[in-house]
Amino acid sequence: MNLNKIFALSLRHIYLIKGSFPRILDLIYWPTIQIFLWGFISKFFTLNSSFYENTVGIILSAAILYDFLFRSSISYNMMFLEEIWSRNFTNLFIAPIKVSEIIAALTFTAIFRTLIGLVPASIIAIPLFGVSIFKIGFPLIFLLVTLYIFGVTLGLLVTAGLVRFGPSFENIAWASLFFLAPLGCIYYPIEILPEWLQIIAKLLPLVHIFEEMRNILIYDIVDYYQILKAILISFIYFVMGIIVFYWSYDGAKDRGTLINIGE
Amino acid sequence: MKLKIKNLVKKFESTTAVDNISFEIEKNKTLGLLGPNGCGKTTSIGMMLGLITPTSGKIFINEISLEPKNRIELLSLMNFASPYIELPKKLTVKQNLEIYARLYGVEKISERITEMTEDLNLKTFLNKKTGELSSGQKNRVSLAKSLINKPKLLFLDEPTASLDPDVGDFIREYLEKYKKNNELTMLLASHNMTEVERLCDSIVMMKQGQIVDQGTCAELTSKHGRKNLEDTFLKIARSKNEFK
Repeated sequence: MNLNKIFALSLRHIYLIKGSFPRILDLIYWPTIQIFLWGFISKFFTLNSSFYENTVGIILSAAILYDFLFRSSISYNMMFLEEIWSRNFTNLFIAPIKVSEIIAALTFTAIFRTLIGLVPASIIAIPLFGVSIFKIGFPLIFLLVTLYIFGVTLGLLVTAGLVRFGPSFENIAWASLFFLAPLGCIYYPIEILPEWLQIIAKLLPLVHIFEEMRNILIYDIVDYYQILKAILISFIYFVMGIIVFYWSYDGAKDRGTLINIGE
Repeated sequence: MKLKIKNLVKKFESTTAVDNISFEIEKNKTLGLLGPNGCGKTTSIGMMLGLITPTSGKIFINEISLEPKNRIELLSLMNFASPYIELPKKLTVKQNLEIYARLYGVEKISERITEMTEDLNLKTFLNKKTGELSSGQKNRVSLAKSLINKPKLLFLDEPTASLDPDVGDFIREYLEKYKKNNELTMLLASHNMTEVERLCDSIVMMKQGQIVDQGTCAELTSKHGRKNLEDTFLKIARSKNEFK
C-alpha cells in the first residue's frame, strides 16, 4: 500500500471538512443532542431505578459508546457518498490506486470525523450530567477500538451495496445501524431478549461490548476474555466486509456501473 | 505509447454493447472514436480505462495486457477527461489538482500545478471552489487534471461539449500544442466533426457496438463520396447496417 496515495485520499476529506464551518457544526450537533437527550433520560432512571441507583450514567455511557459506533459507520458511508454526489467516482477509480488503499483511507479518515463529533459531546457530559465515559478506564480503549472496527465494517458493507446497487442504496446507509441496535443490547442486559434472539445477538460484538461496559460500571470488574471475544468477532466481520466490498467492486466492473454511478 | 484493442466484446446480459472490435493507435497519434449515441463508445473507453471488465478480447498498452495485475502500472501512464464526470465541487481548483497529483505520484507537485494553471489560464481562480466555476472553466480544470501526470495515453470524451466556440477553440489549440511538445497518444470520442478533422490522424466509426468503418478522415470522406466528415458520419449513422 502506498501511504502517499492513502494520504491524498484522506486529504480530500480533510479539505472538505476544513473548508466548511456548517459541516463541522453538523458533525458536532447530532452527538451533542444525543448526549442531552440520553443525559436527561439517564438522570431520570438513576433517580427512579434500583438497578441503576448505585451507578450514575450507565445509560448515558452506553449512549456515548453507541454514538461512537453510529458516527464511525456513518462517517465511512458519508465519505464514500461524497464521491458519488460530486460525480468524482470515475476520476477516482481510473487513478492508479488500489481498492485496499481506498478502504484504508476511508478507515483512517472516518476516525477524524467521528472524533470531531464525539469528543466535544463526551466532554459536555462531564459538567452537565456528572458522567464521564473515561471512568471506564483503560478498557475503554479496547471497547472503542472494537466499536470502531465494527462501525467501519458496517460502513464497508453499505459502501459495497452502493457500488453494487448505486446511489439508490443510500437509504440503507442510514438504516443499517438502527436495524442492529435492538440486538446490540445497548441499553438493556441480554437476558431481556427471548432466548432464540440471545443466540443471534451473541454473534454480534455489540452485546459483548455493552455487557462489559455495564460490568465495569456496575460491578467494577473487567473481564478481558469478554473484550477479546468482542475484538475477535469484530475483526472477523471486518475481514468479511472487505471480501464483500471486493466482490461488489468486481461485480460493478462486470456490470459497467462504475463509469456512471454518480449519474 | 501504443494502444491495441483485439476482438473486444462486452455483453450486458442479453445486450451486446461492444461486438468484437479491434483497432490500434500508434505512438503519438490521435484516433477519433465516432458513432451515434449508444453505439458503444463509452463502454469501449470504460474497458480501456479498466473500469469495465470485457466479456472477451484483449487490451494492450505498449504490448502490456490491461489485466488486474498490471492495472496500477498502466493507469499511472494514462488519464481521462470528460465533461460528464466532475471533480469535487466544494474543493478549490488547487486542492483538487494537488490531490490528483498525489494520487498519480507526481513529483514536484507545486511546480506542476503552476505549469498547468499558467498553460490553461487557470491562475486567477486557483483558490476558487470548483463548483463555482463556469462550464468552460470547469472543462479547463478537468483537462488540467487529466494532464497532471503527463500521461502518455489520454482518453477524451467530448472534451468541448457544451462549450462556446471560443473556449472550444482554446482547448483544441491547447491540445494541438501540448501534443507537439509532449509524447502523447490520444483517443478522442466526439460528436464535433470539425474537432475530429482537426485533431485526429485516423478515425474508427462505430455503430450498434461494431466497427463499421475506419481510416483517415480523407479516406473515409472519399470512400463514402461525401464532402466532409459530418456528411460521412450522417451517411453511416442513417444507413441500415449495410456496413456490417
